Amino acid sequence: MTEIILQGLLLGGLYALFALGQSLMFGVMRLTNTAQGDFIILGGFFAISMVAATGLSAGWGLLVIIPIAYLAGYALQRFVLNGTLGRDPLPSLVVTFGLSIIIQNLLLEIYSADPRSLEVGNIALASFSLSDITIGVLPLLTFGIAVFATICLQALFSYTSLGRSFRAVSDDREAAQLMGLKPAIVYAQATGIAFMLIALAGGLQAMRTTIAPSDGPMLLLFAFEAVIIGGMGSFWGTLVGALLLGLTQQIGFRLDPGWGIWFGHLMFLVVLVIRPQGLFPKTRG
Amino acid sequence: MLQAQGITAAYGDAQALFGIDFSMQAGEIVALIGANGAGKSTFLKTLTGLLPVKSGSLTFDGQSLNKIDAGDIVKLGLAMVPEGRRLFPSLTVEENLLMGTLSGRQGAWNLARVFKLFPILQEKRYMPSTSLSGGQQQMVAIGRALMSNPRLLLCDEISLGLAPVVIREIYAALPSIVEEGMSLLIVEQDVQLAMQVSSRVVCLQEGLVSLEGKSGELTRDQISKAYFGI
Amino acid sequence: MQAYEVIRSNRFSKALPWLTLLILIPAISLPVWGESSWMREVVEIACYFLFAMMWNLLAGYGGMVSIGQQAFFGFGGYVMLILGNEAGVNPFVAIPIAAVMTTLIAWPVSVLAFRLQGGYFAIGSWVIAEVFRLSFANLHWVGGGSGTSLTALRDIDKVTRESTTYWIALACVVIAIAGIYLFLRSKRGLALLAIRDNEVAAASQGIDVQRMKLAVYLIAAGGAGLAGALYFVSNLRISPDAAFSVNWTAFAIFMVVIGGLGRIEGPIVGALLFWFLNKFFSDYGSWYLIGLGLLAIVVTLFFRDGLWGALHRRYGLSLFPTHRFLKQRN
Repeated sequence: MTEIILQGLLLGGLYALFALGQSLMFGVMRLTNTAQGDFIILGGFFAISMVAATGLSAGWGLLVIIPIAYLAGYALQRFVLNGTLGRDPLPSLVVTFGLSIIIQNLLLEIYSADPRSLEVGNIALASFSLSDITIGVLPLLTFGIAVFATICLQALFSYTSLGRSFRAVSDDREAAQLMGLKPAIVYAQATGIAFMLIALAGGLQAMRTTIAPSDGPMLLLFAFEAVIIGGMGSFWGTLVGALLLGLTQQIGFRLDPGWGIWFGHLMFLVVLVIRPQGLFPKTRG
Repeated sequence: MLQAQGITAAYGDAQALFGIDFSMQAGEIVALIGANGAGKSTFLKTLTGLLPVKSGSLTFDGQSLNKIDAGDIVKLGLAMVPEGRRLFPSLTVEENLLMGTLSGRQGAWNLARVFKLFPILQEKRYMPSTSLSGGQQQMVAIGRALMSNPRLLLCDEISLGLAPVVIREIYAALPSIVEEGMSLLIVEQDVQLAMQVSSRVVCLQEGLVSLEGKSGELTRDQISKAYFGI
Repeated sequence: MQAYEVIRSNRFSKALPWLTLLILIPAISLPVWGESSWMREVVEIACYFLFAMMWNLLAGYGGMVSIGQQAFFGFGGYVMLILGNEAGVNPFVAIPIAAVMTTLIAWPVSVLAFRLQGGYFAIGSWVIAEVFRLSFANLHWVGGGSGTSLTALRDIDKVTRESTTYWIALACVVIAIAGIYLFLRSKRGLALLAIRDNEVAAASQGIDVQRMKLAVYLIAAGGAGLAGALYFVSNLRISPDAAFSVNWTAFAIFMVVIGGLGRIEGPIVGALLFWFLNKFFSDYGSWYLIGLGLLAIVVTLFFRDGLWGALHRRYGLSLFPTHRFLKQRN
């Protein structure tokens, strides 16, 4: 039983990495990125190709991709997504949905439908034992990265000038302009950071298991559920939501392999009914 | 210092300004009065770049403001205390004040000086800005604008929604603000108050300047006519 | 003495009755002179169109953007199949019954869905659709993950079956367009427009916002269920992946956004354009879908009101006018 719980929590770590970027983008500019999962998968495939082309190890490959991801996110926000922001959620939804379809089909054309994975060598199988429980090294590493990312994001928002810009721009766009901020650029910076997390998540997912071009939507739903369960406006909340989701899914998988994900959806719906604001919401208008 | 000629502006299809001519010298305190909807806040929005100028020219220290991005205005030395204060709810009092430093301008105003001007803010510096009373929030809004060390400070209806005693307290702080030669453009609904603090009064009516003159010299009749148009 | 009168029609809309007759006469008689593949195509595009109209009603008029309407589409399909295969109900009769049952299930679903707003309502509705899909995929007596066939129509000959399906589809389209048009012209329709523009202001005028939104949600669900039941009567084979695929919503979004959100003509234009593109380019597989995606993005970024919206703004084109204008009486 302990092993199931532990595995569920470690899985939740990866889910947190799926979700943090979404939490960030929604928090700063109320933008719902329906292509979140597809960008994660794109990141994974990009890592695979890059490692194959340069011969770098998976770890170094990811490190190189992260700054590239920042630039990609920055450009996407600046030149495409900024035009969709506003009171109406439809434009951003349609555009990101369109991107989702484009990414899935592009990946299909380039890589075919066969699942691939990112070779990490021995770490993929390495594990160690604590009393009578085995813990995989990669899942533990992923979990650690997720917690570290959450700490960094929270610190960024609370203690840095950039974090203040994010909060100000999300509170009152015009007043922020009066202070000398340029929302178009602040939004782009936020998406850039979100994309760094996305690339990281994609690489780790590809290391943990195989990825296929059509996997995106499922990851989006996991990310979204984690954010809602945890409560909007809080990165720690998103982490906890992700852990709970991973846990629920893992328990479901053990009961019956076909019901794992369904269990997670169910838990999400239950939270929606009894506590729609999530577990740790930061109340904001 | 500030020169506006023939300014027109519109919100979509609804035109709000029909040709405003306005100017200010350095060190002046000017009051802008007028009824609701006369165009006072709209005019301030064109000055700060929040609303595009449809036609006419706007210059500040010789530099044209017509096409400037709103985010660049504060760097030129033009700051606004917006109508309704518009503090950032997610930020503490101190963080709100610190937002003013993004202009990068050097000058006499810093956190210490703002706290000296409004001591209550130092007491509440780590509290969320929305937990303060209306008058205290107004102080934060003014302090935030001052932190950018502007040459021209625009105050949009800072007395709105405040008790008379609080209004007096805030207006009493104004003289120390303009000590170093800062210019002030005050939009006010309270005409008496406006005339007391300013050296010159400009009245707007339906998007046009209807009256202009030295504060002490205008009569009640002249102002009523300019204000209401009757 | 009224100095003004309220007018609703324009010179284009006055042509509507004639246009309708011009289209309906050949349409109704198609089974007599047309090929069976044409009828199947019309039924298929009718289903796409109905689903898009319902999505348009929900998003454009109800202000609720959903990526999960396929839940109701699939549900309608499965209910029809179950009624036909297991309960011995004539599948043609089962179609409206399935629609009603879909409306019923939409009620508890709305309790969940309405907990969310905006973009998160959209994704939340997708989660709900996934729950529907996974649930049906685990029901082995309807074929589980690989689906099953509609056997209840085996005894009817092909011609009768296809003609009946075709006429039902035609009837559904006409009723849907007429129904929505009349609704939008009514007082309730005006209330809906008010809610879409500004909920708080509408509420202050005495409009029961929550009830109207629920009503729209239920109607849109029922319509989606109708489209689903109809589709699988024509298709004869159902599976969870086909019934609950998010592609239904993707195509609906495409049709509505390209055609023009919130207008009746929009989905019509969008559906025709979609059918046209589908016919000539769907062989290109992935590239075709990439093209659709790009088109949707470009239209959203540069033509906010879609094609019909742009025409409406430029030329005042309006076949189904729902706006009221004040005209001075001279």
